[in-house]
Amino acid sequence: MYAQMIKTASNGIKPREEMSEEERAFQDKIDNDIKIEPRDWMPEDYRRTLIRQIGQHAHSEVVGQLPEGNWITRAPTLERKAILLAKVQDEAGHGLYLYSAAETLGVSRDELIELLHEGKMKYSSIFNYPTLNWADIGAVGWLVDGAAIVNQVALQRTSYGPYSRAMIRICKEESFHARQGYDAIRAMAFGTPEQKRQAQDALNRLWFPALMMFGPSDAESTHSEQSMAWKIKVKSNDELRQQFVDQTIPQIEYLKLDLPDPNIKWNEERGHYDFSEPDWPEFFNVIKGNGPCNVDRMKDRVAAWDDGEWVRDGLLAHARKKAARKVAAE
Amino acid sequence: MKNEWPLWEIFIRGQHGLSHRHVGSLHAPDAEMAVKNARDVYTRRNEGVSIWVVEAKHIAASAPSEKGPLFEPSESKIYRHPTFYDIPDEVGHM
Repeated sequence: MYAQMIKTASNGIKPREEMSEEERAFQDKIDNDIKIEPRDWMPEDYRRTLIRQIGQHAHSEVVGQLPEGNWITRAPTLERKAILLAKVQDEAGHGLYLYSAAETLGVSRDELIELLHEGKMKYSSIFNYPTLNWADIGAVGWLVDGAAIVNQVALQRTSYGPYSRAMIRICKEESFHARQGYDAIRAMAFGTPEQKRQAQDALNRLWFPALMMFGPSDAESTHSEQSMAWKIKVKSNDELRQQFVDQTIPQIEYLKLDLPDPNIKWNEERGHYDFSEPDWPEFFNVIKGNGPCNVDRMKDRVAAWDDGEWVRDGLLAHARKKAARKVAAE
Repeated sequence: MKNEWPLWEIFIRGQHGLSHRHVGSLHAPDAEMAVKNARDVYTRRNEGVSIWVVEAKHIAASAPSEKGPLFEPSESKIYRHPTFYDIPDEVGHM
């Protein structure tokens, strides 16, 4: 999931009898799966919660380009390089779709970027882990994009129209991301012993960070209830995490790699795999800014924004000059 | 002056013979760059053969509050649909 620990901007769910007429009509639309559109009436807390969630999701897409961009120039073949380049370009597009969805709620993209750079908004914890070698790039596509798909497929049914439409578009492209990752890791898992060792190492290191992408366990997610009632969130963190584990274990087995967690075991009674919880203190520490790459990621984002300022300003000055000349000629 | 690029709405014609359809929006300093950016963002997988861009501020829209008066009157006019009419079997396909 690209949006974790979103604080819902409200104090618990309001009982129906305490709702205003507008709030009741709004909740009825949500309950009947009628999408909310930008100019429809909505509670201020719904709007603010969505800006936080969509904004964090957008930031994650953009920051997510950094760990992968790290390997574009060092991809093992020209074909892998072209594929990785296309994937990273997609992520920029996904960021754009999401910023656009957030902008329909009355916040501008530049404002959101500013909030990120000031440390007032976050991006997914997963991108604070390093990509040490080529196997990591395969594992990122396979596991990180795989986890993102599980979350985003659910979010296609989210209640806010523009967010839902962005998710539908993103899901179409995301399946290429997961498949190219699995293809890359498969080449290594069935390659030389050293390649296989690297594939196993990448799986072992990225497994738990990928599980953390879904956010803390339901028991600890204090913000979820209102977001679920508003259908900003559609499935709980634990449900999504279980779904990801269940779909990924057979993929690991096909690669003949060792399972990254000794407690992974099919549970006949539940009809699901059992598995170990990730290290939650580590998760909270990464969220707080103390992960292996937090400082570098923010430094790179801020530098890209600052270094691009003269280009943005120059193009706009040129556009204004051209427009003024056209007016003068008329 | 605030230096944020204006917002453009993007319309793509998927194939010849179809109409342009709204696909999303993006920021660009002018129309020329909006077309270039739209090509990069919205047609990476053969999605289009033609692009229209319109600066978002130029779009006028119906108000959600007028949904009832605008669209409800057509709900009761079922005689505007061909299925309203029974055509005798003997007449054949019409």
